[in-house]
Amino acid sequence: MAAPLARPAKTPAPQVAPPPAGPAGPAVSAGPGKPGGPGTRSGQRRAVALFTIPFFALFTAVTVLPMFYAAWMSLYREESSGLGFGGTERVFAGFGNFTEALGNEAFLRSFGNIALYCALYIPAMVGGALVLALLVDSTMARARRFFQIAYFLPHAVPGLIASLIWLYLYTPGLSPITDALDALGAQWNFFGQDEAILSVVNISAWQWTGYNMIIFYAGLQAVPREVLEAATVDGAGALRTALQVKIPMIRPTVVLTLLFTCVGAIQLFDAPKLVQLRANTMGEDWSPTMFIYTAAFKGHDYGLAAASSLLLALVAGLLSFVVTKLGNRWKAS
Amino acid sequence: MSTQTATPDAPPAPTPPRRAGRRSAPPPDRRGRGITSRVVVNGILAVVAVYTLMPLTWLLIASTKSYRDLFATNPFSLGDFRFLANLTALLDYNDGVFVRWLLNSLLYTVVASGLSTLISVACGYAFDKYAFRGREKWFGIVLVGVLIPSTVVQLPLYLMASELGLVNTYWAVLIPSLVNPFGVYLARVFSEGYVPGEVLEAARMDGAGEVRTFVKVALPMLAPGFVTIFLFSFTASWNNFYGALMMLNDDRLYPVNLGLYMWNQNVYQQPELYPLVIIGSLVAVVPLIVAFLCLQRFWRSGLTAGAVK
Repeated sequence: MAAPLARPAKTPAPQVAPPPAGPAGPAVSAGPGKPGGPGTRSGQRRAVALFTIPFFALFTAVTVLPMFYAAWMSLYREESSGLGFGGTERVFAGFGNFTEALGNEAFLRSFGNIALYCALYIPAMVGGALVLALLVDSTMARARRFFQIAYFLPHAVPGLIASLIWLYLYTPGLSPITDALDALGAQWNFFGQDEAILSVVNISAWQWTGYNMIIFYAGLQAVPREVLEAATVDGAGALRTALQVKIPMIRPTVVLTLLFTCVGAIQLFDAPKLVQLRANTMGEDWSPTMFIYTAAFKGHDYGLAAASSLLLALVAGLLSFVVTKLGNRWKAS
Repeated sequence: MSTQTATPDAPPAPTPPRRAGRRSAPPPDRRGRGITSRVVVNGILAVVAVYTLMPLTWLLIASTKSYRDLFATNPFSLGDFRFLANLTALLDYNDGVFVRWLLNSLLYTVVASGLSTLISVACGYAFDKYAFRGREKWFGIVLVGVLIPSTVVQLPLYLMASELGLVNTYWAVLIPSLVNPFGVYLARVFSEGYVPGEVLEAARMDGAGEVRTFVKVALPMLAPGFVTIFLFSFTASWNNFYGALMMLNDDRLYPVNLGLYMWNQNVYQQPELYPLVIIGSLVAVVPLIVAFLCLQRFWRSGLTAGAVK
């Protein structure tokens, strides 16, 4: 988890605060330009504690401790004692659960599925959002407000309900789409072995394209007018302006979107969980989170599930590190 | 902007009209192409709008149909108008369990997000306005927290909650949604932008304590940021299905989305549940859409605060 989030330049990125002067080293010191007068230091110290402790206490309870607990759990295995009577007992397994997870075909396959999903989804969604933002930003677009609202609306629908609606839209008999395809004489089985992943990609794209389009559009709106006018004066057409002026200027936004999209993609659960109800070939351990859920609640193998969670966290951390690094290089180029 | 800029991939034609009079009519062939590309651009935008709006339109129409009509009639035509009958069936089913789910969702989303936002704003404000030892290190922890996938923590959280006997209680879903590291980050950015240090100084000169200054002076100035962070937290908790699925067994504690999921699981055995799932989805979605349309300018400022520059 070494990847620092790219912070907007607006934050005056102060590095680690210099140690306070003075031998006593008061925890709270009035920094340059910060409010604070004589006699208020202990009050400020108490205020800092009061304002920050609730967050950090809860953060510790629901994020830090569970991670440590998972690390501890992952070192043990439940084994039925004796002949299977008298319940189970917890046996130290060392890294046994990790080697088991890494040797588990279904677990590895779930990462393969997500990799394929990312390869299909990320270019389509980010590219689509970028194209839409450029089109709405172009001088040719009409009814900009309407389009923005129409594109954003799916994001207001909770993920599970969106998946449920699309599940019905994929179901022959219920669906207007399959009816239309039938009328055209076309054949498309949304739940087929190869098509199912596209059905999942479509659900995610429906939910997120408009959201990211709005972000990109806001970035494009912030491109200074003079820059665009200069490009026009230099004789650049709309397409060239878009590719060579507009997109480079919103690179940081695109990188941040890629980062959040990758972190989100690796946690994918709702959409495949519903699509696999009808797409029998997918299985209940199609994505890593589905594998973890199944290992814990169907297999009751908490050690394996905890080890898999940690491995997933590791992959997520590596992924955000790589995306940030590549993104920074692209930003600098 | 005149139509001059509106021609895509037009080769840089070094024609004189560019300098002389930007508003003057462009040559006829260029105008013709301008209209074509205008039609193409708006056509693409309209097709995408059909794609984004179609599922919700279908949901609206399907909610008026009986189970039989759902499968028998054209999906976009109206059958017998049974919207009210479906709605009554939804509200009556299983002693009105759906209403209970709506109230649970309200608790898990509105109440939890309100608390979570207050916690985040107080913390972000402290990061911005006070200098304390190790401030940036602590803030670094918050930023790492933004990147920790919430689903990764969910299973360990379940295991811990089950040790503590908190599984299958309101707390099991409520407490995790009180933590929003991204909210802390946003709150710091907003506090920098909205709350000038001099105002706080003045409040202190008048003898207000730190807490009073925060509540009476800073918080009102942070109101737009508060709403934005609230919306982020709200969508996160409204979307939280994985956590609720793990933590809850008792259907009296379900949020709406988990309840609808469970109905959908039984739809093979009890096909009469189809209309209930459909109208239930509609009833769950409509308030959200209305809320988002009303609060547009807040989510917009939040999205841009996080991403632009």
